[in-house]
Amino acid sequence: MADGHKLEIFRGLIKFKSNTQKIWGVLILLTIVTAVEVVLGIIKPPFLMESFLSMKILNWIFIILTIVKAYYITWDFMHMRDETPSLRRVVVWTAIFLICYLMWILIQEAGYIFDTYDQGYIKRDF
Amino acid sequence: MSSTVSATSQNEDWSGGNKPMKASYGKLMMWFFIVSDALTFSGFLAAYGFSRFKFIDSWPIADEVFTHVPFMHGQELPMIYVAFMTFVLIMSSVTMVLAVDAGHQMNQAKVTFYMFLTIIGGLIFVGSQAWEWATFIKGDYGAVKTNGGNIIQFVDADSNKRIALKDFASSIETEREQNLAKNGVWFMSESTLSDYTLDEVIEGFESSPNLLVRTQIIEGSHKTVLSREESLKMLVDNGSYVVEGANLIDNEYGTPLFADFFFFITGFHGFHVFSGVVLNIIIFFNVILGTYQRRGSYEMVEKVGLYWHFVDLVWVFVFTFFYLV
Repeated sequence: MADGHKLEIFRGLIKFKSNTQKIWGVLILLTIVTAVEVVLGIIKPPFLMESFLSMKILNWIFIILTIVKAYYITWDFMHMRDETPSLRRVVVWTAIFLICYLMWILIQEAGYIFDTYDQGYIKRDF
Repeated sequence: MSSTVSATSQNEDWSGGNKPMKASYGKLMMWFFIVSDALTFSGFLAAYGFSRFKFIDSWPIADEVFTHVPFMHGQELPMIYVAFMTFVLIMSSVTMVLAVDAGHQMNQAKVTFYMFLTIIGGLIFVGSQAWEWATFIKGDYGAVKTNGGNIIQFVDADSNKRIALKDFASSIETEREQNLAKNGVWFMSESTLSDYTLDEVIEGFESSPNLLVRTQIIEGSHKTVLSREESLKMLVDNGSYVVEGANLIDNEYGTPLFADFFFFITGFHGFHVFSGVVLNIIIFFNVILGTYQRRGSYEMVEKVGLYWHFVDLVWVFVFTFFYLV
């Protein structure tokens, strides 16, 4: 039943012969990404510890790699690649929109609360 | 125009059996459940992010907290065990998707085999999670909580390595016992006493000149270590009580919020894994009994598979935000 599946990743750069082969290919990809994350997390290269958009570059790399992993889990393991565009958009954009809003409002507010502690309105160092 | 719509096509549209978005009812509803569950988890992770940015200059460093690997006692191996757990969960996702694929080929024996491997993977993961919890609850070095609610830890002045309370605390005879409801007034009791009292820690600290106090404040990429005089002043003036391990009220690694979110988020995820394993076991037995073979479709395996992959998906994010970032 290979006919029901789209068998290429990276926009057709890598093509697989069967669905089973594609599954193992995606596993290898996810393993490599996880290994890169773990190695970076252990050695923590100093040049990646610089701050960029109020977060360390290393942390940006981790978050981007996580989204890459999430993409391949959803697209290939959950077969989102084979669903109709309408189903894909209903699921993915709803989640992305709401999550982005939630993250933004909470982290914005947390920064404000940190400032009130930091500027000495509330004392906790005793 | 109305004459072009035949009575038969109207019947086909409205008499049920249609598949909007070309997905069956069950699959579509599983996707919608996953969206809502994903929003629940993002709520938790966003709350974690909130607390973290609120204490951005004093949050515990995960590499110093999760350093344990089973059977490797006393060695500091950050990330290794959790990387193993991640790999186990991704691997069980792979066997699940192989089971779905075998289901498309109506190959009962193969589905059975891959479902079995998926269940084993899930059990290994839940077991590892339980071990991780037990290690975290037990703690390893011990610390002191200050009157202001901050945690202070003890390090060796030369190596900057943390020193456990049991390595320096002196022993003072005391008659202090845990107050239990059965001994005194029925409505008054307290939790288990720590192994050492604050006085024992202070006396031990005073008699070991190479010990320093480490606070939670992050300078650059590590925590601040005080000078000997500052250390003594901090411990004697501000010390409130001894903290060993982590629970919902105290956490020897830093702010209690870190432990609260760890228990809550990994606990909620672990509960999802557990329910996934239960669902997988039910499906596994149905596969063995030939239910889906007779039904002519293994779509039920696919639907439970969606849930199982979602659990893996959530773990990828929990892994990043708890252990990496």
